Amino acid sequence: MKLHEYQSKAIFANYGIPIPRGRVAENAAEARAIAEELGGRVVVKSQVLVGGRGKAGGIRLAKTAEEAETVAAQLLGMTIKGLAVRRVLVDEAANIETEIYLGITNDRAARKPVIMASAAGGVDIEEIARQSPEKIFKVHVDPLLGLREYQARDIAACIDIPREYWKSFIAITRGLWWAYCETDATLAEINPLVITANHQLIALDGKMVIDDNALFRRPAIASLRDVDEDTEAEVEARKHGLAYIQLEGQIGCMVNGAGLAMATMDMIKLQGGEPANFLDIGGGAGADKVAAAFRIILSDPKVRAVLINIFGGITRCDEVARGILMAMTDVKSTIPMVVRLAGTNAEEGRNLLRNAQMITAETLFEAAQKAVALVEGA
Amino acid sequence: MSILVNQNTRLLVQGITGKEGLFHTQQMVQYGTNVVAGVTPGKGGDWVLDGKIPVFDSTKIAVEYTGANASVIFVPAQYTADAIFEAADAGIPLIVCITEGVPVQDMMKVRNYLDQKQVRLVGPNCPGLLTPGECKVGIIPGNIAIHGEIGVVSRSGTLTYEVLYALREAGLGASTCVGIGGDPINGTSFLDVLEMFEDDPRTKRVVLIGEIGGTDEEKAADFIATRMTKPVVAFIAGQSAPPGKRMGHAGAIIEGGAGTAAEKVNALKLAGVRVANHPEEIPGLLHH
Repeated sequence: MKLHEYQSKAIFANYGIPIPRGRVAENAAEARAIAEELGGRVVVKSQVLVGGRGKAGGIRLAKTAEEAETVAAQLLGMTIKGLAVRRVLVDEAANIETEIYLGITNDRAARKPVIMASAAGGVDIEEIARQSPEKIFKVHVDPLLGLREYQARDIAACIDIPREYWKSFIAITRGLWWAYCETDATLAEINPLVITANHQLIALDGKMVIDDNALFRRPAIASLRDVDEDTEAEVEARKHGLAYIQLEGQIGCMVNGAGLAMATMDMIKLQGGEPANFLDIGGGAGADKVAAAFRIILSDPKVRAVLINIFGGITRCDEVARGILMAMTDVKSTIPMVVRLAGTNAEEGRNLLRNAQMITAETLFEAAQKAVALVEGA
Repeated sequence: MSILVNQNTRLLVQGITGKEGLFHTQQMVQYGTNVVAGVTPGKGGDWVLDGKIPVFDSTKIAVEYTGANASVIFVPAQYTADAIFEAADAGIPLIVCITEGVPVQDMMKVRNYLDQKQVRLVGPNCPGLLTPGECKVGIIPGNIAIHGEIGVVSRSGTLTYEVLYALREAGLGASTCVGIGGDPINGTSFLDVLEMFEDDPRTKRVVLIGEIGGTDEEKAADFIATRMTKPVVAFIAGQSAPPGKRMGHAGAIIEGGAGTAAEKVNALKLAGVRVANHPEEIPGLLHH
């Protein structure tokens, strides 16, 4: 789960990391009031969960409170990479001397958290990593020991932070480490961390991504989820514990298991079609869950055909068939369907669907072929 | 011969009295697995499956009484890390973790702890192990695979079943099937399993089922190119997956342009692996 900049910085502040004075606004008048409080010269920043806001014109400087109001009105009407700007963060403008990058993420190959820092902050860190990896200093942290003070000091020394700032830099690094641990983050990033003209270290921008699997033990963080940024179908899917991702194609997919769902999408593509979604109903799904999945797939107006591929292990094919029949009675769709059932109780499942006007297939290959033909024929 | 599990496996089930734990214990016993004990804290002294399997309060006591030498974990995600630590501290050399949804920071602690001990963890978020005709540890449906000489290793669950089924339909059997799981941090990698298959006299050929995310398949390709003598056939799921979207598994995501299916397919092909375009093509490539 991604957090907005304003949410991330509020968490950082709780861990003693200095952030600019400022607040979030949902309309232009509010933005003006905040700017007045802050003394006029402010930065107005779009809050959308996508990178490259600055380049897209989503971050603007305002010299007066009036200007902040005008700029906020413009930003709040904008769409950045398909996402509507619903909030702006109004921050006191800083006089920047130096920009630093500081981030913590999980290094899956090393199986440890890694702290990354660079004196070349402010811009896209992935770009620096590609073009001049030597400019990024990395320290792996033993998850059983936690961050040691010497490691933070090493970072400060290696990215040439002037000595008079070491103490505050180490405190910020320690704060970021604890923020990462205690929110179960997979990414906690300050970019840029700046040294200001009046000799202070401040986290100007912040970004956090939280491990979805850990939200059960982080209720305060879970409540920060911005559902405005998800499609209605994605919100509905989450409610039913379904993994669903909407894509661009016309063939809706319902599969049990993530790997098999991907393989099914690949097969559609291989046959010249395009999948409309990724959907994993999970292991041991009952009729209710299947019915919900079915409604979600059909709520996508792009869908011209549905492919159901179930390999019964723990999931029983007859249970899935019952769910499909249940959903069909209340959705009443005319979209054609191809069903392929294999494994546990496949025969019983097929019998249940016999009278349901569905196209059946023996293999995954055949199922995808038939689904693609349906779309092409339509 | 086989790898990891066989008729000498004395299995302990952690979370044996839960719905999933009990159901799959029954399935494993039916398959012929020697399940010697179960653990559910607070239910020590109970018996399950008509008094056949004793339940203990702790893994340590269960091992002392029954000599269990492998454990399978079905406890909910919030207790999983603790269950793995408990099994490792009880001296169990093989731990198979079925549970899905374990927080990644928990898994980093687990992995770094286990690396200091002589313990093999398989999973989490995996279907477990199956040595057809001998032993099943986990949830792979026993009836979809027959005994044979093909080693199967996979990051996925049902996709593995699909492949085992396709092999069986083609008259091909498995020596051992290992589900390593779909999480970014797990106990056993492709590389670990390929080494075991290479050393296992019964295994003659290997099927590797990978997916997008991480670089585990690339490391496997490296090993295949330099050390492996047995032929390998592979399939990589997620060719059609867009970057930045997590495809169900916590580990299946293309990040910063890395971990794409195309890169993995390419690395495997360069290592001399025959890569299938879809799972049903695998038996044909093995016959070649």
